[in-house]
Amino acid sequence: MPGEVVLRGLRKAFGEVVAVRDVSLEVRPGEFLTLLGPSGCGKTTLLRLLAGFESPDAGQVLISGRDVTALPPHRRPVNTVFQHYALFPHLTVAGNVAFGLEMRRRGRAEIADRVAKALEMVRLGGLGERRPAQLSGGQQQRVALARALVLAPEVLLLDEPMAALDLKLRQEMRVEVKNLQERLGVTFVFVTHDQDEALVMSDRIAVMNQGRIEQVGPPEQLYERPRTRFVADFLAVRNLLQATVVSIDGGRAQLRTRGGAAFSAADDGGYRPGEMVWVGVRPERIRLEEGGDNASPPQLSGENRLAGKLEDKIYLGDRTDWRVRVGDETLTVAEPAGPARVRSGGQSVTVSFPGEAVLRLDSEGSEPP
Amino acid sequence: MTTRRAALLLLLPGLAVLAALFLAPQILMLESSLGRRSVYGGVIHEWGLGNYRRALEPLYLVILARSVALALATTLLCLLLAYPVAYWLGRKAPPRVRSALLVLVILPFWTSFLVRMYAWIFMLRTEGVVNLLLAHVGLGPLNLLYNDAAVLLGQVYGELPFMILPLYASLEKLDRALLEAAADLGAGPARALWRVTVPLSRPGIVAGAVLVLIPSLGAYLAPDLLGGARTMYMGTLIQSQFAVVRDAPFGAALSFLLSLVVLLLLAVFRRPLREAGGA
Repeated sequence: MPGEVVLRGLRKAFGEVVAVRDVSLEVRPGEFLTLLGPSGCGKTTLLRLLAGFESPDAGQVLISGRDVTALPPHRRPVNTVFQHYALFPHLTVAGNVAFGLEMRRRGRAEIADRVAKALEMVRLGGLGERRPAQLSGGQQQRVALARALVLAPEVLLLDEPMAALDLKLRQEMRVEVKNLQERLGVTFVFVTHDQDEALVMSDRIAVMNQGRIEQVGPPEQLYERPRTRFVADFLAVRNLLQATVVSIDGGRAQLRTRGGAAFSAADDGGYRPGEMVWVGVRPERIRLEEGGDNASPPQLSGENRLAGKLEDKIYLGDRTDWRVRVGDETLTVAEPAGPARVRSGGQSVTVSFPGEAVLRLDSEGSEPP
Repeated sequence: MTTRRAALLLLLPGLAVLAALFLAPQILMLESSLGRRSVYGGVIHEWGLGNYRRALEPLYLVILARSVALALATTLLCLLLAYPVAYWLGRKAPPRVRSALLVLVILPFWTSFLVRMYAWIFMLRTEGVVNLLLAHVGLGPLNLLYNDAAVLLGQVYGELPFMILPLYASLEKLDRALLEAAADLGAGPARALWRVTVPLSRPGIVAGAVLVLIPSLGAYLAPDLLGGARTMYMGTLIQSQFAVVRDAPFGAALSFLLSLVVLLLLAVFRRPLREAGGA
């Protein structure tokens, strides 16, 4: 099917360093798929294997049902938006957008027409005669988009295209690029290290770590149910705890951390008594109350209440992150901005969170950084 | 005000050197070019434009044209030879051997150009290395020395490093992503070279062309030694006016004519040169 991407057992090493290990992935036609991961996780190498700038040591790349593994970049039905745009400095904006059409030996009139439409599409009509150096970062990025999309590729590859923009512009471009993709129905494979970007734009996200894909799924699924410690850590599950399963009763697993904090988790069927497990709790799922005397042992209701002491405050505007000492563990608690509460370090508090907020994480998968 | 004064003060030594070693000789030359040769080879300081009128006679214009042709041919050949070398050095050579190879490019400068010209004579003469090798396979001997081809060879050989180095500098800093973008947009290697690499290495091409063209216009050693001084070029002509004919005023006039041609060429190259400076 046009626009479909299938990767089979892709592997790429640079000397001793294995950048991509046995990656298999299917991208559906018209899908917005994001490769998310920290720098050095292999996401850019994977994209370059798709574009044809690197050739794999093993495995296959199929685009629109055709094996393109052995094809050089200029023969593949994909186009790329580069990280620093890679606009040709010696050509005008229109010259840049026309480049690919000229390579395909289109007629003059057709080129002029399609270039004008492409520039209109990215709202750069009238800037065709400028040089790339005369444009702002956001405008340059639009030129890069237009230059790639004017060729009507079956798949568009984007290599951290927003990394060089400031935050406000980046947030605008997220929505704009997503809308553009939905309008055109082109398959997008998008590389980023920014989890917010991935969550906002993607139909599906593939989280990469150490050359492997750790988890693939829609943003909601990844956010609600990260499967591994690495994915949880990367998607801002700040509290990662190692605990022993003390007992299981009534759909609740009773856990105790090495540091002595005891709480219960909703049992998803994955807990085994006596086993060591990793669990995660999102900071925004934990609530803070004044005073440490409201603590109680894990209850059947599933609401965990633990006594702790406030340590550090990290003010973030729309929320405040508190570091809370519970036994020998330190938890991060996010408190949304609201009526000013006077709190200070050393104060006794109670933290509470429902058992459903405790995410069981696979022990397999690699360590968080 | 003080920074201006400080700047002037710092410029002073350089200006003094320029005035003493460049401007003053030029003025003396200009003055003598307007004079006349005395019987014993001195200068009679009676000003007139006779020398310049003579320098524009067809006999000398042919020599000038020959020098321009030699310079252009040298530049073109150097460009064609140097581009692949510079491209390979700047973009393909493993970084570890790159600096070693660059040293090899400038290594000839450690030996005087004169000595290297004699080495070429040793190579090219009738009993020279090349003809000995040819004799081994039953060929030759060929007349390799004392003709225009030998002059061109000597010039290209001598000027090649001045073309390689600026080309290397501009090709080496060419962003790889731009070539990837060209390939991504459907350009095969040849078209990417023509549409992206060559235009973006233009500063290097212009700088190299100027560095090779200007000295080649006044080339003296190669025409004299490898050409056997059989064919006159501007360099040999001017030298002979001073040293052989002892007509310093005419030699000076010819020098100024050559300088004028250089200035004209620089004016033609002014725009690309400025762009090269800015890049």
